[in-house]
Amino acid sequence: MTDKIKKIRLTDRNVKFLEKVEEISGESITLCDQCGTCSAGCPFVEEMDITPSQLMREVLLGQEEVLRARTTWICASCFTCTVRCPRMLDVSKVAEALRQIGLRQAIDEIDINIIDREEYRKMPTIALVSAYRKLTG
Amino acid sequence: MKIPYYPGCTLKTTARNMEISAIESAKILGIEMIELPRWNCCGVVASLTSDDLISHLAPVRNLMRVEEMNEEGLVENEYRMLTLCSMCFNTLRRSNLRMAENPEDLISINDVMYLEKGYDGKTEVIHFFELLDSIGFDKIEEKVKKPLTGLKIAPYYGCMLLRPKEVGIDSPEDPTIIQRFISSIGAEPVPWEAKTICCGSYHTVSNKDIVIKLAYEIITNARKHGAEAIITSCPLCAFNLDDRQKEVREKYLNFEPMPVLYFSQLLALALGLEGETLGLEQNYIDPKPLLKEKGHL
Repeated sequence: MTDKIKKIRLTDRNVKFLEKVEEISGESITLCDQCGTCSAGCPFVEEMDITPSQLMREVLLGQEEVLRARTTWICASCFTCTVRCPRMLDVSKVAEALRQIGLRQAIDEIDINIIDREEYRKMPTIALVSAYRKLTG
Repeated sequence: MKIPYYPGCTLKTTARNMEISAIESAKILGIEMIELPRWNCCGVVASLTSDDLISHLAPVRNLMRVEEMNEEGLVENEYRMLTLCSMCFNTLRRSNLRMAENPEDLISINDVMYLEKGYDGKTEVIHFFELLDSIGFDKIEEKVKKPLTGLKIAPYYGCMLLRPKEVGIDSPEDPTIIQRFISSIGAEPVPWEAKTICCGSYHTVSNKDIVIKLAYEIITNARKHGAEAIITSCPLCAFNLDDRQKEVREKYLNFEPMPVLYFSQLLALALGLEGETLGLEQNYIDPKPLLKEKGHL
């Protein structure tokens, strides 16, 4: 059993990554207790590859691979976790910081040009504007 | 009473029916909604980062316009900015809160807007539901000409009216304001669990399967509790719950469609307005058969 446990030794790089996410999000991620309330209430959790509480843990341990998690892009900032966290943490701000780290390197999550023209015409303006703001840099 | 009114992009396009019905209803309630003379995008889905101050420029510029309206005499000592769209409401109120809590941020933003008068922090962002609440739902009830008796309505709050807590218009977990609104127009509010669940929001653009699933779950939950229609004040929720029923029907064969209306359409109907003011032609699932069946059309 023990050989299956992933051993993590924190390096300076890990600590720097945590500090970066804390700086952009403004959240003290080390306060997270891993109680799982955010994951339990998240309406999108079934679509995610890691749960919101796992996301918090990965960030806390400075694991940069969290940037590749589908979870950060599935989070739609509905703030359900925000109003429920017993540690008063805002997971949606952490997800936003992770998205921003990618977007600030000009790596967009969606390509505007591939949206179906028919769909494009009937969609409310607010849908397009909010998607572009959230998913492009 | 004249009140500054911020419409936002979608109320001029796919949610025109929400705007017209709200403006005309407000008139009956003695309120003249004065559109901001020079409004711009609310800055929707305001950045949640601590360092991205520039994204607050758009909302703050709108907040400043309300002060200008007072200075120009378009409204008289009225610093409340009325919103209808839940997303605009949330974005504008969040930015206003950030400016109030961080005066140094406001100084930076005013520096960027150096050609304009600058924002003094006087504006208060309110949603139409809060305006109705401040008038008093008992007073609304007195103005109702055609009570919507026998109509069972599921109040859909979604996210943006309630969360995060510091900008919400009611309790984030157990809100009642839309129930009280429904009762005031003579209809019956249906208690249900999905009233505060996210509809999938902007995922409708590039990941619509998420929205289709959530729309199915939300509407099915409403039906389970006996609702005949859903009301909302968010044009994005309206699209996801109403127009996306096309895809929901294709995916879930047992699914029965349900009309989704803007709250203001039912308010207008109850206040005795009719025809184009109600804008019922713009809804995807036609609400007219239901309203006719109940004797309200």
